[in-house]
Amino acid sequence: MRGAGRVAFSAETLARARELMAAYPAPRAALLPVLRLAQEEFGWISPEVEEHVAGLFGLTPAHVHEVVTFYHLLHQKPVGRHVLSVCHTLSCWLMGAEGIIAYLKERLGIEEGETTPDGRVTLLRAECLCACELAPMMQVDDDYVGPLTRERIDEVLERLD
Amino acid sequence: MPPRERLLTRSFDLPDSHRLETSRRSGGYEALRKALGMAPAAITEEVRRANLRGLGGAGFGTGMKWGFVPKETGGKPVYLVVNADEGEPGTFKDRYLLERDPHLVLEGMAITGFAVGARRAFVYIRGEYVRPYRILAGAIEEAARANLLGPNILGSGFDFEITLHRGAGAYICGEETGLLESLEGKKGWPRLKPPFPAVVGAFGCPTVINNVETLALVPRIIERGAEWFAGLGTGTQGGTRIYSVSGHVRRPGPYELPVSATLRELIEEAGGVRDGHRLKAVVPGGSSAAILTAEEIDCTLDVDGLKAAGSMAGSAGVVVMDETTCIVEALYVVARFYAHESCGQCTPCRESTGWIYRVVGRILQGKGRPEDPDQILDIARKGVGTTICAFYDGAVGPYLSYIEKFRPEFDHHIRTGGCDVQPGRVPVLTTH
Ligand SMILES: Cc1cc2nc3c(=O)[nH]c(=O)nc-3n(C[C@H](O)[C@H](O)[C@H](O)COP(=O)(O)O)c2cc1C
Repeated sequence: MRGAGRVAFSAETLARARELMAAYPAPRAALLPVLRLAQEEFGWISPEVEEHVAGLFGLTPAHVHEVVTFYHLLHQKPVGRHVLSVCHTLSCWLMGAEGIIAYLKERLGIEEGETTPDGRVTLLRAECLCACELAPMMQVDDDYVGPLTRERIDEVLERLD
Repeated sequence: MPPRERLLTRSFDLPDSHRLETSRRSGGYEALRKALGMAPAAITEEVRRANLRGLGGAGFGTGMKWGFVPKETGGKPVYLVVNADEGEPGTFKDRYLLERDPHLVLEGMAITGFAVGARRAFVYIRGEYVRPYRILAGAIEEAARANLLGPNILGSGFDFEITLHRGAGAYICGEETGLLESLEGKKGWPRLKPPFPAVVGAFGCPTVINNVETLALVPRIIERGAEWFAGLGTGTQGGTRIYSVSGHVRRPGPYELPVSATLRELIEEAGGVRDGHRLKAVVPGGSSAAILTAEEIDCTLDVDGLKAAGSMAGSAGVVVMDETTCIVEALYVVARFYAHESCGQCTPCRESTGWIYRVVGRILQGKGRPEDPDQILDIARKGVGTTICAFYDGAVGPYLSYIEKFRPEFDHHIRTGGCDVQPGRVPVLTTH
């Protein structure tokens, strides 16, 4: 169901979405949480997903699109099974983030913003993840990892399925 | 040095410090019990006399802010919103508080809710903070089971319900009105003020917004009193706070110090500059704070001390740079951040952040023009105070100070096309 044609939430996700909409003083406040659910279900937020979510909230697809494009954790194209976001802001830069990014590109054989051809890993740059004591660091799916060295990166890549 | 008190970090190293049991063993929720027996106005007065100032960035008096909530709300509920959207480069204190002592944050929230008349709170937590979110969610469940949150807390008749709300990646949502827009399901464009959130905030209702760390200090004030708290700090700001120290120091990490400590003492706490190197510059309050040179670190770390030093206390994110740092490239990295994170609402911010990023990039590439530094200064200054929120004024902190304090480095890059700090180094240029 990856963005091809019309999409709809599974029954469980739909129930969860309705619960969220009822949990706030105004249903629209559940938009970000519901988009998060959508991303969990479909992997990314395609125009079809935007349309489905818009229908649920009684918003125009343009409204939903405006929100989706504003927040960078909402993916507007498919990503790999794992997402690596390497922080490149001040403290990480001071501690060698650029060398880390170069090494990751070499190991993965892709550029920033790309996904490995086997669909395993997407490599992204991130602005400050607020883990400067771990610099240089990155987010690997849900987890913060750092300080990064080539050895640490090798270990991380080894563990990803 | 004033006496070393640990108000915020004392449980950080205990095993299972995030569990209710651990918290209660060291007196957790005793301040809440005490507060529930006080008059709400007396709590606000105590916090005001303690000289607690907001630790999210702006340094506004907390007691005074609470006092702005109208007495008569025309039947509207009052909300408490917790700013856990930590995003200021160089800052990680709220993450530590949420992961290591979530019950202290929850206790501070409940006391604050009781004081301002809020029975419902929203915690807006940064989308990337997955672990802190899970730990906080677990702590809320534990506290609710123990009747420390939820209906009729400890038999007092006070109900207090908390909703966790996760962000989705946008620095501007740390700005309190961008946060409110985002909470309401919109893009995080800051609101024109007035009205201030205390009058018209979340969902059109009176709202108190405070930072995680600000709220975590409230139980300590109730426990030991305003005089004690005020006495830990300076004449205009009480207490301690957590300084997030990173960059070229031996032991980067969170350090709790009284706000009357000096920047020099803090850097020493973090082990000093890394081996074999010497201090070149420090950013003392997150990336929006003006940079200080190695000669300027004898100032105190309170809001007014850093203001007097020409910078700001901000979020207390302290980034240390040694002599290997090219300040032109550092400004490039910081300018990229502001260009990327400008929300695009106000023209001066949207246009200047992008333009300055490109021009600093041009200087770094050896294609700078002699007039570039002065033009950046001019453009930067002209936008100050012209925008809806303080994001742009924050960006101007580094634009002006990096150039004014390290002008010869910029001129050298422009004149020779290369770097005199790290000759031969090839900077990595990116698009944002
Ligand atoms: C661009 C910008 C970003 C901000 N980011 C944060 C943030 O991440 N966390 C925070 O607590 N305050 C942040 N603030 C400050 C908030 O607007 C607000 O002052 C604060 O949440 C109030 O809480 P306090 O009085 O307890 O500090 C930011 C302000 C601006 C202008």
